[in-house]
Amino acid sequence: MTTQTSPSGSDPVPNRIHARPVPRPGRLVAAVAVLVLAAMAANALITNENFRWDVVWLYLRDIVVIRGVMWTLVLTFGSMAIAVVLAVALAMMRRSDNPVMRSVSWAWIWFFRGTPIYTQLIFWGLLAVLYPRLSLGIPFGPEFFSFRTDEVLTAFWLALFGLAFNESAYLAEIVRAGLTSVDPGQTEAAKALGMKDGKIMRRVILPQAMRVIVPPTGNETISMLKTTSLVVAVPLTFELTYATSAIGNRTFLPIPLLVIAALWYLLITSILMVGQHYLEQYYGRGFGTSTRRRGRGKGPAGGKQAAIAAAGTVQDDVNKDVTP
Amino acid sequence: MSAPTDAAAVPAASTDMVSVRAVHKVFGHGHDAVHVLKGVDLDVPRGSVTVILGPSGSGKSTLLRCINELEEITGGSVVVGGDLMGYRKDDKGVLHRLHPKVVAKQRSRIGMVFQRFHLFPHMTAVENIMEAPVQVRGLTKKAARQRALELIERVGLSDRTDHYPAQLSGGQQQRVAIARALAMDPELMLFDEPTSALDPELVGEVLSVMQDLARSGMTMIVVTHEIGFAREVADHVVFMDDGVIVESGPPRRVLDDPREQRTKDFLAHVL
Repeated sequence: MTTQTSPSGSDPVPNRIHARPVPRPGRLVAAVAVLVLAAMAANALITNENFRWDVVWLYLRDIVVIRGVMWTLVLTFGSMAIAVVLAVALAMMRRSDNPVMRSVSWAWIWFFRGTPIYTQLIFWGLLAVLYPRLSLGIPFGPEFFSFRTDEVLTAFWLALFGLAFNESAYLAEIVRAGLTSVDPGQTEAAKALGMKDGKIMRRVILPQAMRVIVPPTGNETISMLKTTSLVVAVPLTFELTYATSAIGNRTFLPIPLLVIAALWYLLITSILMVGQHYLEQYYGRGFGTSTRRRGRGKGPAGGKQAAIAAAGTVQDDVNKDVTP
Repeated sequence: MSAPTDAAAVPAASTDMVSVRAVHKVFGHGHDAVHVLKGVDLDVPRGSVTVILGPSGSGKSTLLRCINELEEITGGSVVVGGDLMGYRKDDKGVLHRLHPKVVAKQRSRIGMVFQRFHLFPHMTAVENIMEAPVQVRGLTKKAARQRALELIERVGLSDRTDHYPAQLSGGQQQRVAIARALAMDPELMLFDEPTSALDPELVGEVLSVMQDLARSGMTMIVVTHEIGFAREVADHVVFMDDGVIVESGPPRRVLDDPREQRTKDFLAHVL
């Protein structure tokens, strides 16, 4: 123990172990088997004439298809925007002291989560049959104005709100989970300083709850992209799935057109996934990413999220419901 | 210190900063009801330091939280700075619950320091201190920052101004929390076991800030297990057990010559 110099010179561990690894032949066999299966699948896709890849390439950039993509994006982001506003309101109502608010919020979430979205969309499509005229007035009293349902609430609006109402129920639970994940001590400290409830929510609770709320909301957006294909139930007929299958039926080539729809959904989902990845990194969730991110030190905003994460006033592992 | 037995009916407009009268606190209802405070009387003169001692579960933290309305009392009255907390009494003597806005205003005159600090993790040290003056008092950010920097210097953390709470030690966080409470210029400071969550070597820095504060003439009520602090800094020591005040008086009398057996037992365990 008198000298630090090791016999091998630069290596600080003089007795470094150079053992043979445990033989694992099974790993190699499994890898080869899976690769062969993957090659067979690729072969089946590429060489099968029935996929008609020439038709896929031809219609991939067709104006009707591109319009379908646009409508799908409008429906996705439009309904998510409406759903976020509704969800925050529903989550606040769930936390309210007022039992009427609490029960209405509960019933809304119960109904829209408890019935299939497809059924809901059919129902909204039949609204004009159920209520040919809609009017605003006092219940059992005078009417202020009225309009014909099918003239004002077109298929687009019914689809947009149908999707938004359904989504709001799921998002409300996510928002609620975010709000309840914040340490109640934070509210007490803010109260003790004399802050009013609204200020406490805006300045103290929400900024911390966003850590829990934002990443699953990104997830829901990706899910919504594909759910928009169900608006045919209303029926709304210009979004991607309907547009492609209409061409497929007209040309008697349903398979290449289905492939086109799948490729577009994959492309948009991939872009959203990149965004989702950065959102999750920013909000410091996920497994084992937080320490790496803190080390990199990404400006004041990233530092703030890291600080919230490190303070442990927000639980990350809250129960969330995921859209089926 | 304990209340004069019968003159308790009229809230004193005297030199008392706090007067607690016959306060009861029951948590829950029916079979689950827990009677935590069972008729507590306490007077805290302006500019004095009162230390509350007692075993855990004796109701001392609850009493503190009742004083600034974090808990609604079940019976009795709490008067701080001459104002009845949480209620308005009309001409016929009927109590009316005050609007939450008014309660918030009452609270803003009372500073509170928590066992687990409860700093806002998304704000830096200086932003934590500025928050209430800007959001509650409506101070400009510039003025609030100026004052925050003075306070942060007072607690000896001028080199930690722009650190987030997670980047500070427990002792430093608690000193920021004290500065945050002081930023509202409170008439009264409540400390709820301010050193209980700290590593032993960090307790001293927090106690010394509190001692300075006491010397400056701040009225303070401190729930703590630090007998040394009670002996040195307190004007009054109150011993609570099972929801009542068992014994109270000057620190020497209560700590060195306790009369009640329960006090003796407790001190024998702590010392």
